[in-house]
Amino acid sequence: MADDTQASGPLPVVDFLKLPEGGDPYLEGHVCSSCSAIFLGARRHCSKCGARDSLAPKRLENRGTLYVYSIVHRSFPGIETPYISAIVDLEGGGTVKGNLIGIDPDPEKLTMGMPVEVVYKDALGRKDKEGNSYISYFFQPAAG
Amino acid sequence: MSDVYVVGIDMIKFGRFPERSVPEIAAESALGALDDAGLTIQDMQGLWCGNLYQANAMVGQRMLQEIGQTGIPVVNCSNACATGATAFRDAWLAIKAGVYDVVLAVGVEQMGRGLLGGGGGGKGIPKEGLLGSGLMPAVFAEAGMEHARKYGTTFEQFAKVSVKNHHHSTLNPKAMYQKETPLDEVMNAEMIAYPNTKLMCSVNVDGSAAAVLASEAKVKELGLMGRAVRVKASVLTSDPWQERDLVMPDVNTCTRLAAQAAYEMAGVGPDDIDLVELHDCFATAEILHYENLGLCADGEAGKLIDEGQTALGGRVPVNVSGGLLSKGHPLGATGIANIFEVSTHLRGEAGKRQVEGARLGLTHVIGLGSACAIHVLEKVG
Repeated sequence: MADDTQASGPLPVVDFLKLPEGGDPYLEGHVCSSCSAIFLGARRHCSKCGARDSLAPKRLENRGTLYVYSIVHRSFPGIETPYISAIVDLEGGGTVKGNLIGIDPDPEKLTMGMPVEVVYKDALGRKDKEGNSYISYFFQPAAG
Repeated sequence: MSDVYVVGIDMIKFGRFPERSVPEIAAESALGALDDAGLTIQDMQGLWCGNLYQANAMVGQRMLQEIGQTGIPVVNCSNACATGATAFRDAWLAIKAGVYDVVLAVGVEQMGRGLLGGGGGGKGIPKEGLLGSGLMPAVFAEAGMEHARKYGTTFEQFAKVSVKNHHHSTLNPKAMYQKETPLDEVMNAEMIAYPNTKLMCSVNVDGSAAAVLASEAKVKELGLMGRAVRVKASVLTSDPWQERDLVMPDVNTCTRLAAQAAYEMAGVGPDDIDLVELHDCFATAEILHYENLGLCADGEAGKLIDEGQTALGGRVPVNVSGGLLSKGHPLGATGIANIFEVSTHLRGEAGKRQVEGARLGLTHVIGLGSACAIHVLEKVG
């Protein structure tokens, strides 16, 4: 019975996280062929320059730098705190927001501009109504 | 085109009124504004009503069902935290266009408690605390951290905004709170989203504010020029594309665009402005808007707050009402409430918090999504 609703494996947390069969997960941007603006998620038209049907998918890099952050101490009930909400500029373009892990949530420890890498893991155990598990992306301080 | 004037304006004391309906709350300030002008609902040729949480529920008409159903056109509008200012601006436009001579604008909100934003919705699993935060305190913390990154702005400087605005509110009987919050109390309050502590977040309250607007000919005909306030500029912008705005709402660019257009329309510069009511939804935001509104050069906002230049008695007092941080932030009402504050000073009727000799004031709101509205108001005579 469960077979009808269970996906074959974990699902991506957002559409722009790609889980290719037999390949490594990655984040996908969409680039405007007219003005080179980068968007997250599929779309038809460019909201920077107004070009139509100008977007093509692009595999985003897994390395970037911490642009800015906030350390969230109060959240909705049931959500574990504190966590670091981080805005990361990826090498080669694209800006993504996510949790920064692997470092103390302490302003003394965090440096804006620090190198980070994108890692892919289970989505903190969160499951949807059908019981599907999810793969999410996270940032962590770049090794070496 | 005729100049447009505010001839009557009021706000209710902000608070929590769960037992009252939204139209009732709106009606109280509408009647206050009409009384202030010495006019009645029968004199109004149109109503613009701003409200967010009941945007699909005909709040304007329901308010007229409380105070007088005269058959006038009613427009209900919603534009995030710029909702009230948008209602006011569209009322202004209608007079500017010459269609009406005297109209009413109302902003009203009944809020719950708790955190705003972060819903995300959509399919799958909740994203809050997984893909960072969409909660407003964090979103505006990140906007503040961008300033810190560029200019070294400190947690203490952000906190000083809250000390100042809470102090101002002790002089405003219509503010939600009248309570001093010293710097150590602000900085040691519960951390919500670094660097915004609880005392650096605006207060969710219920409230309403209303204004009667009229054309120059009508103001003269009614003999109301004595206490009238001239609307020198009314500007509304949305957010132009920005590199990071898919993940980081940009409150700066739309404010800068609006400020530039407003100063141009009013034929004045930031140095001419005697007081400002700006959108301090979080303490971090006020710092950004000092520069966005041209109150100081880029990078000097920290210095401005350190030197007390934006406190009552300073060079350009900001949020002498107590601001959203302490007066409270009933989303749809805020845009007219800050026009009430500035108008009250221009009329010389602000009591203990009066900015002496105020002739020109500016109001600013930002609704994330985004909408920015700026009004420049001038004392008449």
